[in-house]
Amino acid sequence: MTPPEGAGAAGPPGPEGSVPAAAPAPEGTAPAAAPAPPGAAGPATPAPQGAARAVGPEPEDAARGAPPLLEVTGLAVRFGPVRAVDGVSLRLAVGPFGLGLVGESGSGKSTIGRAVVRLVAAAGGQIRFEGKDVAALRGPALKRYRRAAQIVFQDPDNSLDPRMRIGASISEPLIAHRIVARRLAALRARELLAEVGLDPEFAGRYPHQLSGGQRQRVAIARALSVQPRLLVLDEPTSAIDVKAQARILALIGHLRAARNLAYLLITHNLGIVSELCEQTAVLYLGRVVESGPTSELLSRPAHPYTQALRSAVPEIDMAARRARLVLPGEPPDAASPPPGCVFHPRCPLATDRCATEVPALREVGTGRQVACHRAEEVLAGVRTGARPASG
Amino acid sequence: MIEAPSTLPTAGARLPRGQALRRGLRANPLLVAGGLLSALIVLIALLAPLLAPFPGDAGSATHPFIVLRPPSAQHWFGTDNVGRDIYSRVLYGARISPLIAVIVLAISCAVGIPLGVAAGYFGGWLDEVIMRVTDIFLAFPPLLLALALAAVLPTSITTVIIVIALTWWPWYTRLIRGQAASVAGRPYIDSCRALGISRWRIIFRHILPNSVTPLIVQVSLDVGGVILTVSALSFLGLGAQDPTPDWGLMVAEGQDYFLTSWWVVTFPGIAILVTAFAFTLLGDGLRDLMDPKRIFLR
Amino acid sequence: MRLAITDLEVSFGERRVVNLAELAVGEAEIVGLAGDSGSGKSMTTLAVLGLAHTVGARVSGSIRLDGTELTGLSQREMREVRGRRIAAIFQSPALAFSPVFRVGTIVHRALRLHGMTGAEAAGAAERAMRQVLLPPGLLDRYPSQLSGGQLQRVAIALALALRAEVLLADEPTSALDVTVQAEVLELLRALRDRERMSVLFISHDLAVVAELCDRIAIMQHGSVVEQGPTSQVITAPASAYTADLLASVPRLATGAGR
Repeated sequence: MTPPEGAGAAGPPGPEGSVPAAAPAPEGTAPAAAPAPPGAAGPATPAPQGAARAVGPEPEDAARGAPPLLEVTGLAVRFGPVRAVDGVSLRLAVGPFGLGLVGESGSGKSTIGRAVVRLVAAAGGQIRFEGKDVAALRGPALKRYRRAAQIVFQDPDNSLDPRMRIGASISEPLIAHRIVARRLAALRARELLAEVGLDPEFAGRYPHQLSGGQRQRVAIARALSVQPRLLVLDEPTSAIDVKAQARILALIGHLRAARNLAYLLITHNLGIVSELCEQTAVLYLGRVVESGPTSELLSRPAHPYTQALRSAVPEIDMAARRARLVLPGEPPDAASPPPGCVFHPRCPLATDRCATEVPALREVGTGRQVACHRAEEVLAGVRTGARPASG
Repeated sequence: MIEAPSTLPTAGARLPRGQALRRGLRANPLLVAGGLLSALIVLIALLAPLLAPFPGDAGSATHPFIVLRPPSAQHWFGTDNVGRDIYSRVLYGARISPLIAVIVLAISCAVGIPLGVAAGYFGGWLDEVIMRVTDIFLAFPPLLLALALAAVLPTSITTVIIVIALTWWPWYTRLIRGQAASVAGRPYIDSCRALGISRWRIIFRHILPNSVTPLIVQVSLDVGGVILTVSALSFLGLGAQDPTPDWGLMVAEGQDYFLTSWWVVTFPGIAILVTAFAFTLLGDGLRDLMDPKRIFLR
Repeated sequence: MRLAITDLEVSFGERRVVNLAELAVGEAEIVGLAGDSGSGKSMTTLAVLGLAHTVGARVSGSIRLDGTELTGLSQREMREVRGRRIAAIFQSPALAFSPVFRVGTIVHRALRLHGMTGAEAAGAAERAMRQVLLPPGLLDRYPSQLSGGQLQRVAIALALALRAEVLLADEPTSALDVTVQAEVLELLRALRDRERMSVLFISHDLAVVAELCDRIAIMQHGSVVEQGPTSQVITAPASAYTADLLASVPRLATGAGR
């Protein structure tokens, strides 16, 4: 499987004007995922000026003029008193494109993914898919959206109905949306199984007869059945072992190319986004603390939390190891966030200003945004007063 | 990148339906035993007129000269206090108590399942309303409710059925509601919603099948319970009346003679026991059959 | 060698799931046991703890703890060993603590079970909590009030308080956030250095194992296919399976993007 191209800074996106090797066309249906228009297999209009800039493709690609596939502005989601998502803005270009959403428990990343597919209601802000407000969709328009944007969950043990055979699970959305005639649905399901790299014979099995990694792929096949243009992957590699993880990641890369897929890759593991996402946003307690092109974010973080996350990822490559930055304490209680910068109690660079003044998301370099008063110092590589780890 | 199905230590891929059924039955002796016994009881109920040596005794016949005779070659289970053949009455009784139980439980399910699923899946105010109504009905002890209703309704089997069903359905509603709520929270339901599958499809194809399993076991266990409740009501004179050969009624009527004529109470009692046992086995076996995981792990 | 496993076989009826020729952990050493699911890692842990019979498995072979042979011991004797000399922490720390008791109650009870008086237990618990960098006051909380990382550290504190010589850690950080994982790993390193503890670290995450452990053993289908010092196994794997596993680990690309 070739790695996705253009996963760097203003790098060239997929081949210009090429018709992607799309998934086998479903028989007798309305065109679902139209191939990307020539020359627009990539980034989008320039982000608007002003304070809350979205994470998105670089401004110099504005000339192409294609609008973003997904635009999230100031999204807020509340569960009772808890602000799970507190003013998040993101942008996803038309596929092939990957946006990484990185954070730990309590960061709100999964909630954002669920809000995008309308599984939770937004308390504030807007989500626009191809320019249309997602929250306002009703009836047939909503049904169309449900086909265009799909989600794959992280719990492979419970993402499939244990009483339904695999083939039936995959056929179900096909039949519900009348994508194919009922008698052809089983055949289409087998094709989808093959596309995700499973023997079509699996169609007759029950979920408990498959391993976690295989179930995860079935879940992907089920999501793909409706021909989505946007796929939200919520922790696709947690809860499965290393080799299965590698296969899933390869599968995502393959689908990205074959289906011109745009995806939101939600994970706590920075190691995954580098391979699959052009852009990445780092979340902490419901806010974006840093965003930008993935490779730059990883090599030169601008926020102390990103630094710590980066440093916490175990490295097998001995040459790449460096002294560990160990963050003290635990993520704060979302119901009562600390004043000022929510990260300041654990931040090795915290000053008095950080305890009182909430840092705004601002630009620091091309296409990079950070919410930190001392971002410039972090960028310059200032090491902190944090306890360096031994070994 | 194609992966062949792994060789997990489970049953193989899909078997032809008949073969799967046979294998399931072989692996499930409970189901077979319970099923056969229950079928036997149903058969007896159907064939009672042919099997009973004294069919008239199931009705209002009386034989004053053979009152309270112990079991003998002529009367296998002996005779009761008006000389009726207990064996015949027990056979005919198979038509009554179990039938009442089935009807009562069917009504309870018919009411309990939709309410439970609605409460569990939709939650919110619907859940609150349904559960409070359920709580109100749960507060009534069956017998007190029966006495109250007996004041207004004619004493008959129909009354008994209505009364018991009224007190039984809330348990099932609660049971189903708990299951449905748990199922509704699982990721695969979210996945269905995200895929735009209509809520009715979700309820009928996913919530319902995954919620009813505990109910099946509960129903089979309740057959015996309903029969006992019926006999309690009959004892109070609120249900079946003499000469109906209801087992519970027979036990109640035979109490006074128990110390001297044990057979009057014992045989109907054994009939209740065996029937309850049969349906319980059947329920256990059905539950095993319906759980895809368990059957393959045997 | 503090813990020496030789010719260990664990079977379910006819099916042999572990066939370990040799595995040892020395003093002040962290040995990693890595492999995919189904490789037999967890069964090995159960066998060392003398708990394999609880899942219906049969054990044969030799497990020596500082010279004491564990495989022949009765259940009562094993109970003395478990916790006191060999401690274990598992993937889901919440499972180790009954939700109806305060965490401190469970810790105290375990300490007293192994012979300490009430006062000794309180003191040992407090000291151990400080060693794992947790405020001793957390012992008054219920498990639901603590995060996964905190619970895991309490479990380690318990092992410390009991002065266990060997710690078996079965996927202890798989369920934790990456920064919390870093803290727990740091703690294990400190235990090795300061307390001279022997740690057998079992995980499917090869990167974590490579970072933390002094020596690594790779398991596949119940046997150890390769074993040696970390740097050697990682840079010059002798077996194809190891090389394959290593290739599957995602690398952080920090240079110019791909």
